[in-house]
Amino acid sequence: MKPPPFAYAAPTTLEEAVGLLTEHAEAEPRVLAGGQSLIPLMNFRLAKPGYLVDLRNVAGLSGIRRDGDILVIGAMTRMSEVERSPEVAVAAPLLAEAIGLVAHAPVRNSGTVGGSLAHADPAAELPAVALALDAELVAAGPGGTRVIPAAGFFQGPYSTALAPDEILTEIRLPVWPGGHAFTEFSRVHANFAVVAVAALVELDGDSDWIRRAALALAGVAPTPVRAVSAERALAGASGDAETIRAAADAAAADLSPAGDLHASPETRRGLARTYLRRAIELAVSRARNER
Amino acid sequence: MAPDTRTISLTVNGQPHVAQAEPRRLLVDFLREDLGLTGTHIGCEHGVCGTCTVLLNGASIRSCITLAVQADGASIDTVEGLAQGGEMHPLQDEFSEKQGLQCGYCTPGMLMRACEILARNPDPTAAQVREAIASNLCRCTGYQFIIEAVIAAAARMRATQEVAP
Repeated sequence: MKPPPFAYAAPTTLEEAVGLLTEHAEAEPRVLAGGQSLIPLMNFRLAKPGYLVDLRNVAGLSGIRRDGDILVIGAMTRMSEVERSPEVAVAAPLLAEAIGLVAHAPVRNSGTVGGSLAHADPAAELPAVALALDAELVAAGPGGTRVIPAAGFFQGPYSTALAPDEILTEIRLPVWPGGHAFTEFSRVHANFAVVAVAALVELDGDSDWIRRAALALAGVAPTPVRAVSAERALAGASGDAETIRAAADAAAADLSPAGDLHASPETRRGLARTYLRRAIELAVSRARNER
Repeated sequence: MAPDTRTISLTVNGQPHVAQAEPRRLLVDFLREDLGLTGTHIGCEHGVCGTCTVLLNGASIRSCITLAVQADGASIDTVEGLAQGGEMHPLQDEFSEKQGLQCGYCTPGMLMRACEILARNPDPTAAQVREAIASNLCRCTGYQFIIEAVIAAAARMRATQEVAP
């Protein structure tokens, strides 16, 4: 229940941090952000990195700013800062709502947005938010920086498009012009979700017709997934209860979730259907009320 | 080969400390073993139970899933810093008064978590306290008395304008 020994550095620049990851590649280095997932894994000896590159002294990795229609969040920004940010409440209320469901407040005081995304737990909330919003993730590596769309970022459980010598530096979230909702089922408040749903709905002008919807689920596949058939069923349709129910049914039918001790495949599919319906209904009603 | 150690400079309960520690040293072990501050308890050691809660720059954190090196340069507050000049902190006093402690194992973590709760909201409702202490487990299940103690301490702290560390 204590971490195994490892070498450690807390560089002050991104170049230095990337250089250390390259230089110590044979030690299977890991990046340390808030440590709220990595350190428990090390305590359990489930992760045994030979080298930790701590990002806490690297300048410029933390902060929240608006860049036109994009909300930019530094990878090292603590979740509690995002949770309390008036800017996030306006520009990305879906993210603010989801973060309130991530673990408990003391974990959010240390845990970072980038850390959660790079850890890529298949039941985590923030990857589903990134996927629903078509976020862009910016990574720095030996060859410079590159932008990775969320749709290509999550590759499997705890597995992302980041190369071993790349560091996630910021996440760029497009501002969604409409209603949002984040709903989840978990056995105990603040546990990982069994099933979580991120829903975004944009209405057509002043009508009740849905122009487009973006829906992502966590906990039903090795990575977060978009509920594509529900998005198609909703686009151009009215936001009435029957349409929403049919869309949620269609999306749930597409899923083939694995079972584990928390829930069987059938339970997960049933939860996905119910929570999708609730999330879409809430997003539609907010889209109506907020225009 | 001697283990690789780092110099860690930090402030604990207002006192500056400089000590050597291996990078793998957990903050809770650093406080208990290296600084001798055994008031902070160790429970689950993977960030679930909250008994190791301390304040880092005023924010409650789990010291069992925080490395001591991550606290280099920080200001830490532990349960040992609550009483001042032989006088119990209002939170400690009310935990005693309202039977908010039974076996006492969760108490240091509960007290430090309560410090942040009241620093952010000096006049919380019982429901707000209940939700905010959900981060900390009490296996005696004395939550009701803990909530009453936090509410009573909040009233006293508002009256005397005492602030949490």
